Amino acid sequence: MLKPIITLKDIAVTLGGEQVLKNFNLTIGDGEFVTLLGPSGCGKTTVLRTIGGFITPDAGDVFFGEQKITDVPPHKRAVNTIFQKYALFPHLNVYENIAFGMRIKGKKEDEIRRTVNEMLHMVNLDGMARRGVGSLSGGQQQRVAIARALANEPKVLLLDEPLSALDLKLRKDMQSELKKIQQAVGITFVFVTHDQEEALSMSDTVVVMDKGQIQQIGTPIDVYNEPKNAFVADFIGESNILDGTMVEDYLVEVAGQRFKSLDSGFGTMAPVDVVIRPEDIDIVPTASSAAHVAGVVTSVTFKGVHYEIIVDVDGFKWMIQTTDSAKVGDRIGLALTPDDIHVMARSEYSGKFGDYSSFSEEMGMARLSSGKEADDA
Amino acid sequence: MRNNKLICAPYTVWMTLFIIVPMGLVAFFAFTDRSGAFTLHNIAQVGQYSNVFLRSIWLGAIATAVSLLLGYPLAYIIARANPSRQSALVMLVMLPMWMNFLLRTYAWMTLLEDNGLLNALLTAVGLPRLHMINTAGAVVLGMVYNYIPYMILPLYSVLTKIDPSVIEAAQDLGADSKKVFLKVIFPMSMPGVISGVTMVFVPAVSTFIISKMLGGGGNLLIGDLIDMQFLGSAYNPNLGSAISLVLMVIILICMGIMNQFDDGEEVGGGMLL
Ligand SMILES: Nc1ncnc2c1ncn2[C@@H]1O[C@H](COP(=O)(O)OP(=O)(O)OP(=O)(O)O)[C@@H](O)[C@H]1O
Ligand SMILES: [Mg+2]
Repeated sequence: MLKPIITLKDIAVTLGGEQVLKNFNLTIGDGEFVTLLGPSGCGKTTVLRTIGGFITPDAGDVFFGEQKITDVPPHKRAVNTIFQKYALFPHLNVYENIAFGMRIKGKKEDEIRRTVNEMLHMVNLDGMARRGVGSLSGGQQQRVAIARALANEPKVLLLDEPLSALDLKLRKDMQSELKKIQQAVGITFVFVTHDQEEALSMSDTVVVMDKGQIQQIGTPIDVYNEPKNAFVADFIGESNILDGTMVEDYLVEVAGQRFKSLDSGFGTMAPVDVVIRPEDIDIVPTASSAAHVAGVVTSVTFKGVHYEIIVDVDGFKWMIQTTDSAKVGDRIGLALTPDDIHVMARSEYSGKFGDYSSFSEEMGMARLSSGKEADDA
Repeated sequence: MRNNKLICAPYTVWMTLFIIVPMGLVAFFAFTDRSGAFTLHNIAQVGQYSNVFLRSIWLGAIATAVSLLLGYPLAYIIARANPSRQSALVMLVMLPMWMNFLLRTYAWMTLLEDNGLLNALLTAVGLPRLHMINTAGAVVLGMVYNYIPYMILPLYSVLTKIDPSVIEAAQDLGADSKKVFLKVIFPMSMPGVISGVTMVFVPAVSTFIISKMLGGGGNLLIGDLIDMQFLGSAYNPNLGSAISLVLMVIILICMGIMNQFDDGEEVGGGMLL
């Protein structure tokens, strides 16, 4: 475990009469790349604002290393923020925006010039130094915001969806650039995104949040392969989530069949949620002995690398991602292996996620009335 | 294009009729004598009133500075107040403006007179009387009182537009409240300062009612001088026009300097501080 640099202890935050964060505990290690991931309005920005000092929690404490900083004002915290809405200084040009923090600290002019130019180069804005920030595109403004925060050499950098305004290519570039910077300088990054792919590919640790509470903390591989509950399974990647019964340790019953499983500790005959990732399911002929369940294909969508196939198995719609093709109406068998089956304890989220029936109905509707667009699929 | 021209036509006519033509007339009178012959005599004569010019600019500048110093904090407080209260506060600032200008100034006369309300109050609590009316101070007071809303309103409107997240960004980058004000809030409110200063300074420099009513004979301002040339004993429209013209040029120069200051602020940014 890394030396902790930021610790949030039992934080509670109420904004406008609404409890935004509840009993929030998080320890961030020095030099770690932590991502807060969750749906809109779940409190990600609020967590960053609490760390940055813009919100004083109603209860709980914030620590910087060993030191309690709950009541330390923002300008005295060795933390810098890249704000969700950039918040650039409109009365200053690009150069002066980036130089702002260094001027406050009273750095020497030639040092400022050197750093600003380095930063401009890093965010790919060479030659823009004298431009007014109002004349920049959203993506350029976002990059100025990144440069402005990094120029300050913070111990901890808080990034509130810093790449959301960039196009796909620039976004990928900036992702690897940020990751490179983070590793080179060894700054702790607390990164907010609601893009799960971004979260998985960049972070050391992913914190999945919903409704102001942490649902799971873990490495990207952990949260993907071993989601703690139906919410996490559904939010990260696609998941078929089925009702199952843990017959005994290492034996689970799901979809009318018993499977060997890698999970234990749920007791005997315990109701559980079972996650099966769409890419882990193989299509086999119904007659094949490998077929665990069989169903009728209700929709096939071409996704580039693979097909996304919805299969109706006795009323429960499964999603399968496979490079094999199938036709709508085909009866196919699905083959599962114990490795593919992940068992989760029941939670408030059980039964709310993981059935693709609404999804496939929409697709079906769209096909029937082919003139109309299925825009909310 | 054609359409644009049509839409602009009424304004063009208006501007020609009520701005260009009168200005032309002022210039014409300024450079002619009573018989209508060209002369520089009027302009040359203006020089002898330089003390009046200086006094006007001086008192106008003081009134503007006082308005700025009093108006800025108030505008700031209003802009930071919770939104539901803001409109009520703005209303309070504007309320006196709905009363007649003359009436307001008369009211100050009765307050400041040697036997006025304020002195009555002073004697009532056993303090000596103060001579307030007919002093330069009374004139400045009248200017500030009458024109301060014109300072507060533009300041308020730029200050409310400052995004709170920009202030947070400055704090985040290490600025304490003093630096946040000096490096972010004040420079960002510069356009409001400029227009507030303009809107107070210009009428203050050219006022004549305030100085007449509160300043007595000893505080003659350019406005009074011009007034006298057109309506008063010293009837001389040609000289009056010349004074007006010079006043206009002086105001233009002052505004030019003001705007220069604003530009400098924007380009130099934090370097000034
Ligand atoms: N100043 C405020 N007053 C009242 N409620 C607020 C305030 N700021 C945030 N909230 C509420 O707190 C909740 C969490 O907000 P927050 O900004 O932290 O969400 P988020 O996870 O960052 O969402 P997004 O991904 O959309 O940025 C939301 O329900 C929001 O409406
Ligand atoms: Mg947010």
